[in-house]
Amino acid sequence: MTAVAATPPTPDASLPAPWHGEVEDRLETGEAPLAWVELDLDERLRFAPGLLVLTPRRLLAVAAGGESWHSWALDPGQALELSDHGGVGALELRDADARIAGWRFTLGQHAAAQRLVDRFERLGVRGAPADAVSVATCPQCHALLPAPGAPCPHCMRQATEAEAAGESEEPASTWTLLRLWRFAHPYRRRLLAGFLLTLASTAATLVPPYMTMPLMDDVLIPFQNGKPIDPALVAAYLGGLLGAALLAWVLGWARTYILALVSERLGADLRTATYEHLLGLSLEYFGGKRTGDLMARIGSETDRLNLFLSLHLLDFATDVLMIAMTAAILVSIDPWLAVVTLLPLPFIAWLIHLVRDRLRHGFEKADRIWSEVTNVLADTIPGIRVVKAFAQESREAARFRAANEHNLAVNDRVNRVWSLFSPSVTLATEVGLLVVWAFGIWQVSRSSITVGVLTAFLAYIGRFYTRLDSMSRIVSHTQKAAAGAKRIFDILDHVSSVPEPAQPVHLPRVDGRIELRNVGFRYGNRAVIRGIDLDIAPGEMIGLVGHSGSGKSTLVNLICRFYDVSEGSILVDGVDVRSLSNAEYRRHIGLVLQEPFLFFGTIAENIAYGKPGASREEIVAAARAAHAHEFILRLPHGYDSLVGERGQALSGGERQRISIARALLIDPRILILDEATSAVDTATEKEIQKALDNLVQGRTTIAIAHRLSTLRKAHRLVVLDRGQVVEVGPHDELMACEGAYYRLYQAQQRRAEADRLEEGAGGRGAEVETGRAAIAPAIAGGAKQA
Amino acid sequence: MSRQPQDAGARPQGDAALATIAPPGFTLARDRFGRLLVRLPDGTTHVGAVAVRAFPISAPGESVSLLDSEGHELVWIARLADLPEATRVVLEEELARREFMPEIRAIASVSGFVTPCTWEVATDRGPTRFVLPGEEAIRRLSPSALLIADSHGIHYLLRDIAALDRNSRKLLDRFL
Repeated sequence: MTAVAATPPTPDASLPAPWHGEVEDRLETGEAPLAWVELDLDERLRFAPGLLVLTPRRLLAVAAGGESWHSWALDPGQALELSDHGGVGALELRDADARIAGWRFTLGQHAAAQRLVDRFERLGVRGAPADAVSVATCPQCHALLPAPGAPCPHCMRQATEAEAAGESEEPASTWTLLRLWRFAHPYRRRLLAGFLLTLASTAATLVPPYMTMPLMDDVLIPFQNGKPIDPALVAAYLGGLLGAALLAWVLGWARTYILALVSERLGADLRTATYEHLLGLSLEYFGGKRTGDLMARIGSETDRLNLFLSLHLLDFATDVLMIAMTAAILVSIDPWLAVVTLLPLPFIAWLIHLVRDRLRHGFEKADRIWSEVTNVLADTIPGIRVVKAFAQESREAARFRAANEHNLAVNDRVNRVWSLFSPSVTLATEVGLLVVWAFGIWQVSRSSITVGVLTAFLAYIGRFYTRLDSMSRIVSHTQKAAAGAKRIFDILDHVSSVPEPAQPVHLPRVDGRIELRNVGFRYGNRAVIRGIDLDIAPGEMIGLVGHSGSGKSTLVNLICRFYDVSEGSILVDGVDVRSLSNAEYRRHIGLVLQEPFLFFGTIAENIAYGKPGASREEIVAAARAAHAHEFILRLPHGYDSLVGERGQALSGGERQRISIARALLIDPRILILDEATSAVDTATEKEIQKALDNLVQGRTTIAIAHRLSTLRKAHRLVVLDRGQVVEVGPHDELMACEGAYYRLYQAQQRRAEADRLEEGAGGRGAEVETGRAAIAPAIAGGAKQA
Repeated sequence: MSRQPQDAGARPQGDAALATIAPPGFTLARDRFGRLLVRLPDGTTHVGAVAVRAFPISAPGESVSLLDSEGHELVWIARLADLPEATRVVLEEELARREFMPEIRAIASVSGFVTPCTWEVATDRGPTRFVLPGEEAIRRLSPSALLIADSHGIHYLLRDIAALDRNSRKLLDRFL
């Protein structure tokens, strides 16, 4: 878009290809398109291609087929309005009295439409062809570009992200397991050693059946025919049997130990890598996933993989080796009998393959249902107060029972196939043995083999077939493991939507100037923030005001870069936050939330959370400034008291002051207070307010408060409504102009007045002001009745 | 880092108060009821003051605070060792009277490995027995230190697992 203003007025080369010629035909000489939108919906919201072009003089539009071009001459009284709802964008051209025309499109075209509106507005305001834009921005998302004409790193990333997301939709394939090699690579030497040991120990276990052959033919049968037993020979054979057993024991121990060691480490690496990757993902990812599911993935899935690698895969490898070796031995003894013995093998292989597909889907489904069961738990247990308050225990129990029954049903279906599987293999084994017996007896009767050979064969295939049975189980194990691996790699493959820049800009010192440039953010297809422009000076305190859902918290999340903007850019000290290293940038931000989160640990550890190396003096100083010092000393173990889940119970105000101390300790240049005093009563609020006043000094502060009185120190107030800035200015100024802020303030004054009256009547009216606390209405209601 | 100037700004009232009552600036005494008397340099005397360690587990020798009967801080003592001998003795006496966190030196026996179970232990305050309500009552403070809360909420400190004898370690290991 920036190129248009700079180049001579020729039709822009990047007009969409199918329209190129047609648009050119319609244009008058010297008329160049400034911006355009490819329309993909018609007025009745059916898919139909179209084009809307803006030139310095008029708007040109064509619907599907291109027969009916319409043109509207531009007029200073006109306005072009962009809106969207539920994934459909709408552009409307209107003048002072009426709507002139309207166009619809899907949100894919939203950025182009925004661009067209910008152009249009610039034309209208200045009454002259658009001026050159001083800063190069991306035509797609309005992000600042590293250089004019350079590809937008933001958009490119989104494209690759979409690709990655597409990949993960595929079903789990056994090949997913091969990707584990990345984690196995560091242990390849030990793996090789384990493999060689497996080879040797398997060979050792194959010696005893071989020994039965001479025992039978040279000792037992001659004895039956009247020859005495030679004790030395028997001793030699039995000694050989014992030796082989001992050798197999030692080798088996060594191999199991080494391989279990490796697989345990592999599992640990996998868990750590997954968790580390998970922590790097944006809040957007966590918002879309359930805690129970993520916990199951990192916990039990890695464990299952671990078990698979150390036990099932090892057994399988041993079995394959054993079968190969046994087959070789059998063929070397008697090729014909060997052929008969090995005959059922292809049949069993076919059976395994048949069940494989059914089982795979079954197990994947069972897994998903299982996480549904845990999700119910993860939902209910943290929210137990709400459950009990609304007496919904039986409903939650029913929900759990339903999930559990669903789990049963799915598992029943899987088990039906699976349970048939093992007996079938056993049956095939028995039939196989029968064939060998029959063929063997016939061969012995013809004297082509000795009884010893037949016993050896039976001893071998006895083992052989039992192994086939256990081998068949590898199918389900592999499928389960592959499904687990896929779920883990889903996390590992997920690219963070707030990625680290390739070449981060380093800001050793931050002054705290924040500039928002045409910032837009959409969550799914809902625009939460639209076109916000705001400059915040270093050290300034800004109060964000608005109804809930007006986008205050989202705006703060964008400034913290928990999410990335969908449009526009956020600059800190003139640098786009997307080009800063996340961890480095956030070190400059202090965050105090409505619901302070304390980790399990001591108070000192919690205060020092953002600066683990802090000295005790620093911790105490921060606690003093946060007005937390004295209540901490009153706890039984002072700063060493354990808090957080399973720890000392602290009140909301106390927790809040600890979280303020935490923010103070890292001494951030930018401070964000997200409803920091909303969850406490008015008396505690005063304590916290004193602590906050210490915190705010000299820092760029963005405060969100439901109670407008807490923003009395703010230099400027920004009033948000439905994702847009409606008013900006100091309290007095906004009150004087009697706009949105005035109305909000009046409403709150009235309510505070009503509360005071109620408080006089004995109710705990102050609670009502914490509009977000779910229980407040109930208390207020109770107070009224009383 | 450019942390200095902000740190100064971050502790306003606290700092002012601290400067005037540096360790030797106050006197400690005990009245006839055995209550602690704190006389501050500004001439005020506070009766019934309470001495509290800020870090009783991680740094017992540092950071003691004297609170008045309302729970407001009177004096902050960064290091006990910096105090004059007489004051320190009074203070340590007071702390010893108030604090009760026996240190486990050895575990003689446990009644079972399923909680709740009764432990017979030797502590720095003599042998005792207590009921461990559940495994979660054993908290790891550091790789070598544990804090064990009994069914009455009394905390027993185990400063160094490695320093225990073999039998104690074996018993303890079943619970970790």
